[in-house]
Amino acid sequence: MEQSLAQVPAIAAPGSLSKAVRRLEGVVIPIAALLAGLLAFSLFLLVVGKSPIDFYQLIYKAGFGTSFSWQNTLSRAAPLLLAALCVALPARLGLVIIGGEGAIVLGGVATGAIASLLVNVPALLAIPMMMIAGAIAGALWIGAVGAMRHYRGVNETIASLLMAYIAIAIMNQLVEGPLRDPASLNKPSTLPLAEHLRIGSLPGMDVHWGLAAGIIACVFSWILIEKTSWGFAARIAGGNVRAAQIQGLPVGILIVGFTALGGAFGGLAGMFEVSAVQGTANASIAAGFGYTGILVAFLARQNPLAIIPVAILLGGIEASSGLIQRRMDLPDATVLVMQGFIFLAILISETFYGQFRIFNPDRWRS
Amino acid sequence: MGGDIGLWGVPLAILGGAIRVSTPFLFVSLGECLTERSGRINLGLEGTLVFGAMSAYAVAYETGSPWMGVLAAMIAGSAFGLLHGWICSLPKVNDIAIGIALMLFGMGLAFFFGKSFIQPVAPDLPAINFGFWSDYTQVQAALKVNILFLIGIAASLGLWWMFRNTKIGLIIRVVGDSTDAARAMGLRPNLVRLLSTAAGGALAGVGGAYLSLYYPGSWNEGISSGQGLMAVALVIFARWNPIYCFWAALLFGGAGALGPALQSVGVTQGYYLFYAAPYVLTLAVMILTSSASKTMTGAPAELSITK
Amino acid sequence: MSINYKTSRRNLLKSTAGLAGLAAMSSIIPGKRAFAADLTVGFVYVGAKDDYGYNQAHAEGAAAVKEIEGVTVVEEENVPEDVSVQKTMESMINFDGASLIFPTSFGYFDPHILTMAKKYPDVRFEHAGGMWQADKHPMNVGSYFGYIGMGQYLNGITAGHATKTKKIGFVAAKPIPQVLLNINSFLLGARAVDPTITCQVIFTGEWSLAVKEAEATNALADQGADVITCHVDGPKVVMETAAGRGAYICGYHANQSSLAPDKYLTGAEWNWAKVYTDMVNTMKGGGTIDNFIRGGLKEGFIKMSPLGPAVSDAGRQQFEETQAEILKGGFAVIKGPLNDNKGNVIATAGQSFVETDVALESMNYLVEGVVGSTS
Repeated sequence: MEQSLAQVPAIAAPGSLSKAVRRLEGVVIPIAALLAGLLAFSLFLLVVGKSPIDFYQLIYKAGFGTSFSWQNTLSRAAPLLLAALCVALPARLGLVIIGGEGAIVLGGVATGAIASLLVNVPALLAIPMMMIAGAIAGALWIGAVGAMRHYRGVNETIASLLMAYIAIAIMNQLVEGPLRDPASLNKPSTLPLAEHLRIGSLPGMDVHWGLAAGIIACVFSWILIEKTSWGFAARIAGGNVRAAQIQGLPVGILIVGFTALGGAFGGLAGMFEVSAVQGTANASIAAGFGYTGILVAFLARQNPLAIIPVAILLGGIEASSGLIQRRMDLPDATVLVMQGFIFLAILISETFYGQFRIFNPDRWRS
Repeated sequence: MGGDIGLWGVPLAILGGAIRVSTPFLFVSLGECLTERSGRINLGLEGTLVFGAMSAYAVAYETGSPWMGVLAAMIAGSAFGLLHGWICSLPKVNDIAIGIALMLFGMGLAFFFGKSFIQPVAPDLPAINFGFWSDYTQVQAALKVNILFLIGIAASLGLWWMFRNTKIGLIIRVVGDSTDAARAMGLRPNLVRLLSTAAGGALAGVGGAYLSLYYPGSWNEGISSGQGLMAVALVIFARWNPIYCFWAALLFGGAGALGPALQSVGVTQGYYLFYAAPYVLTLAVMILTSSASKTMTGAPAELSITK
Repeated sequence: MSINYKTSRRNLLKSTAGLAGLAAMSSIIPGKRAFAADLTVGFVYVGAKDDYGYNQAHAEGAAAVKEIEGVTVVEEENVPEDVSVQKTMESMINFDGASLIFPTSFGYFDPHILTMAKKYPDVRFEHAGGMWQADKHPMNVGSYFGYIGMGQYLNGITAGHATKTKKIGFVAAKPIPQVLLNINSFLLGARAVDPTITCQVIFTGEWSLAVKEAEATNALADQGADVITCHVDGPKVVMETAAGRGAYICGYHANQSSLAPDKYLTGAEWNWAKVYTDMVNTMKGGGTIDNFIRGGLKEGFIKMSPLGPAVSDAGRQQFEETQAEILKGGFAVIKGPLNDNKGNVIATAGQSFVETDVALESMNYLVEGVVGSTS
């Protein structure tokens, strides 16, 4: 059969249909995997003596069933969008970054620090400066991981993890030391942001602007990867570094650039946590979004556009965690188990790409 | 009764801390070393460690025997290893991603089933007092060595010897260095990796048992502060050599004891930075010893993270 | 006490598990209000409910509220101090009809509780440890706290009698006012027995970090501290490690005597059951809860664990005398002449800060005799 595949050129389906069908594979397989994961989790619930039907009804109700539920879900999705990009962009080059938390934390601290200098600057000027400060802090941190990878061959997965631990230590030291607002008594924090520097909610919603920024960043990243020569070059370098070097591609710039851009988005996530949620930088910004972002990015198969629905799905699951605790007498870790099932199912489904003839128009006739 | 030992407390605390804190790092890194030598990386050992800690504590509490707890942790750990090994044997599946998923899965299950074991007190694993000759209680405490630590030393020597001198060791190394060569020799790479990952998971489970049954010796959701993840880093640091894994774990444990020890003798500024010392140290050594142009010595050629 | 709690909780779980399964089926049909009680009270915890410490103390208070007729309690644990806690409160209001909420972690106050209080003016929010100020904060927010420093002072008295090395130790999370007051009180209690005693403090930097807490405890023992207490969220690890090193222990947050009965001297415990049932009864009776509530031993906000067998007769006597003194009210732990450990004057002779003094809630120093630094 493989031979016939090689011999028969792509005559089976017209170009546009062929393309659409191939695209369909990328939608059908993950959804089927999601359902399989949920089915497996249902069995788990039955084993521990709980009703899966009740469980999914609660998820629907608390995550998507009412307008409050949607606002809850979207509030939780907002930081995940940017955090996931911190994983997905370097992944285009074949790099696995698991330390996005470091970029988020330092982005938040940089925002808190610079905001104290901008008390008398109008918001129109000050807020972009805060965004830039957060993004630069994150970009330097994760960009350094890329640079270590390229120039010293240091494994980026481990390095980014170590850097995340170091970033949290630096954050704590700064927030409890030089940057501490003496009035922040029992919760050491930087000076609270001036009222005009706080980013409010999207019009008509109780969800902050970080959601809009995250969606814009996802669309921007998708265009960068899919529609520009930089994205194309990155994909080649991700496939085979040596081949890319032989072709004269600036591999070093690509690696440092993509990791730094991912880090900038992470830092921006920290900026929104500080300016839209906490109103000051303190230890609460190390809330683990960076780690959930890894999950989002992998579930989205590192596709920036797919990050949007996946982040909303995970936001909805997390939004319903509380109601599940309260109504079903299940521990808070239940949603962690559920995420584990879904994550495994989606990763296992990778093995099925290209296995089904229906998604491959070239093979329809053979 | 011990006297005042003043500044001597710092080196003593580092020695004692190295022995106390290193054991989970040692077991997880030995397990990871075994898995990686077969050509696969299991980033999920943090989840295995946490689940091992929970299952060990729960079984030790229910049976009254800490060793039954250790056994339970080994069984649970090898089950996670088998799951990882099986999924990764499917074509086109990314072992790093599966590891992250299993980390989440293991922690989720551990927290789910561990709720009712936060309160009870389970029996501790026994320790041997090698400091009996000293009049100082501090020395006695530092040299109170848990049996698992000694087993860990034996395991690192054993693994080192196995890789060098035995047929099993040779098989694992061949599979780790070239899937094609292994197939040509009539070996089944996926089976070898499956078993290596299972054995690695069992070792990581023991590391978890040490956490909950000896030091700090209780089960709660914050029992691991990333020891399982760090141990994966230590394997690269240790160049996939079981003996070096032992030294790396000791170094990391000792560095972790530095922060509290310095505070106890009056060095009180910047303790967050002292607490980050092990991470900075590991990163610095990785930067110094890696090279952009050649793969690291000792690295299994089939390993996805070093390719 | 904690043993009783354990067993009753287990039986409760067994007997209700079956019922809950049945009830869950019918009660969670979407759109149907599941709770028909007069008053629904929400409790939010930052960690696990049974951590032998901060969260358990609050959960024991919630358990007492459950006993009040016509009151339904809803609880959620492990809620981080970010947008999650805001949404948790909103979810309790929207889905469960909660009209009184106790978000118990300190970090929930600003901005999370304040934001929700503005959005839901009809719901009452009660926060532990916060500084509610009439001119700055909404009227439907209240803050309450107990003078637990007094408990640490009494801990210190038993420690002063028990120590042989004249060195005692304190494992602390972060150098914030509540923690500093506890450290200072512990030392001053011990110095009321013997003014040569010193107290070594080690900060772990986190509220819950098991291995670091154990290492800190070992480092204290290495330096010769033979009575150890702590202020972290879950004291179990510190207590077990310290007792394992042969040191005496003083409990905090909840009763930890069952972990090492022979070594346990006493402990400073919260008595949230009293505080919470009072507040809920006030609200149920149609009254309004005060916005700023503080109380100590006398008001029953805190209590001491029963003295352990290791407390000497002299220690018992001084403990009881001092406790009686505190129960009269107006007791001052911080009183002159007193310097901090950098030599600055805290209080001149004759000057004193009684337990109710709000100035104590912004403490930023460690007193003379404490070995450690606030930054």
